[in-house]
Amino acid sequence: MKRVQRKPWFHRTYAVVYLIFLYAPILLLPIFAFNDSVILAFPLEGFTTKWFGEMWEDAQLFNALRNSLVVALATASVATFLGLFAARASTRFRFPGKGPVLGLIMLPLVLPEMILAMSLLVALLAIGFNLSTFTVIIGHVLFTTPLAVAILTSAFQSLDRSLEEAAYDLGETPASTFRLIILPLVMPGIVSSFLICFTVSLDEFIISYFLSGTEPMLSAYIYGQFRFPANVPKVMALGTILVLLSICLLAIAEYYRRRGIARVGGKSSGGVL
Amino acid sequence: MEGTSGWARFRRSEAASGLSMIAPPGLYVILLLAVPLFTVLFVSFYTDGVTETGAKTALPILTFENYAEVWTKPIYRVLMLRSLMISLSVTFITVLLAYPIAYFVSFHVAPSKKSLWLFLITIPFWTSYIIRVFLWKVVLGYNGVFSSVLERTCVPFTDVCVLSEPMSFLTNGAVAVTITLAHAYAPFAILPIFVALEKIDRSFLEAGQDLGESKFTTFVRVTLPLSMPGLIAAVMIVFIPTVGDYVTPDLMGGGKLPLIANAIETQMLKLQNRALGSAMAVSAMAIVALVTILFLVLNRRFLRGTSR
Repeated sequence: MKRVQRKPWFHRTYAVVYLIFLYAPILLLPIFAFNDSVILAFPLEGFTTKWFGEMWEDAQLFNALRNSLVVALATASVATFLGLFAARASTRFRFPGKGPVLGLIMLPLVLPEMILAMSLLVALLAIGFNLSTFTVIIGHVLFTTPLAVAILTSAFQSLDRSLEEAAYDLGETPASTFRLIILPLVMPGIVSSFLICFTVSLDEFIISYFLSGTEPMLSAYIYGQFRFPANVPKVMALGTILVLLSICLLAIAEYYRRRGIARVGGKSSGGVL
Repeated sequence: MEGTSGWARFRRSEAASGLSMIAPPGLYVILLLAVPLFTVLFVSFYTDGVTETGAKTALPILTFENYAEVWTKPIYRVLMLRSLMISLSVTFITVLLAYPIAYFVSFHVAPSKKSLWLFLITIPFWTSYIIRVFLWKVVLGYNGVFSSVLERTCVPFTDVCVLSEPMSFLTNGAVAVTITLAHAYAPFAILPIFVALEKIDRSFLEAGQDLGESKFTTFVRVTLPLSMPGLIAAVMIVFIPTVGDYVTPDLMGGGKLPLIANAIETQMLKLQNRALGSAMAVSAMAIVALVTILFLVLNRRFLRGTSR
């Protein structure tokens, strides 16, 4: 910017108000989690940590949490693994049908989640598959793979191809080149993709609700608790912890994403997507 | 994957390497996305084979019954129209509010701080969706946060306040659902617009102003048309998923304002009538696709010559 500009105070004010709008619901979470009242309203009644204690003693919650953690771990691993192949194929090779296949892989980004969930439900029940955490993993992988592909593509994109060619010239096979040269360079992207997919899977509701059958999942458990007003503060406590966890994971993911782009010599052009 | 000799053979052609590379995710989405979507299409055309006794008919019977029911029953027409209206207003509001933010980050934020701003904008989007929806209910509900703030917003030294007693902003379910959805899809709208704005060659803007355009006319005649691909992407990426949202109407509307997605959920999960549910979903998606295509055709002049 060589032109000297007036301070864009209007834009800045708007941006700050907009951020408040974006963050308002999240900022309320800890306020009500520590508020000594079952009713979520102002004025506040006093400070308490009893909702966290109540949360801690809820066996149902831990059961749901365990299922969700298993699903999130599996989802993040499989989606990142599949994303690696797709991102590598899309940045390195030209082949027939590339557009349609990549389009299909990215489709869940724009497809209403419910359509994804119900089509899997119909198909899995048609072949006599029982619903379980496994079916939730199948759905979550579909839903998160596009995110993994987007993150990993930007990591692969700025990869210098001459590094790879140099490795071939020095007698490395494609497999060993991938392991010794490419993988270390895109490692930060892999970590970032894993963390983002993990967070999204942990918080996801619609697919979990449709495909979990009788298995309790964390988000479905939270949804169920909203029907009982007495349990709502406990959910606020749980939500506070979840949001803190999410923000930590996302911050680490963002750190690795940027480091990954910097490592292969690119410049960060923006956010995760 | 393949054995070493097979792998060596594959290496010779780029197409073969590419195909084998895309195979794992490709097969996954074909088997678990394409096939299920076609299954839904197929299921929507047959009578639910399960009879009252729980026995299944041997073969599915091809029928248009499900579609006849979806397209003739007034209730479904009401739900579909309501869904469309809400999705359209959510899209309009979200994109309208998102554009200035994308513009601010792209034009007025130092390049080194851009990723930080985008990170701040996307964080709320990654946190638990149902908790966010529920908190909007807390904000807008009877004696909620919004109501108590307005009750305390008074003219100094008088008793004249914006609100004199607690009230609910949820009585109009459509407004509450629209606000909540506009909040949920905000980052989806900001990112594509931001990307389009970033691609604009800044010298075009200087050229415009050198040729005597004001800042405003430069925006209308140069910046806005050049950012249209991002705007169009933002509209699509907000409009399409919001039609399938059923959590928000369920929690915010308290079941009083069902949308087409709620009807689909009821048929699929509660009534187990998957054939009718499928027919509804296919119809809804067909209408959404039609609206989207119409929108793209109307804006085709902005998309010409952009490769994305």
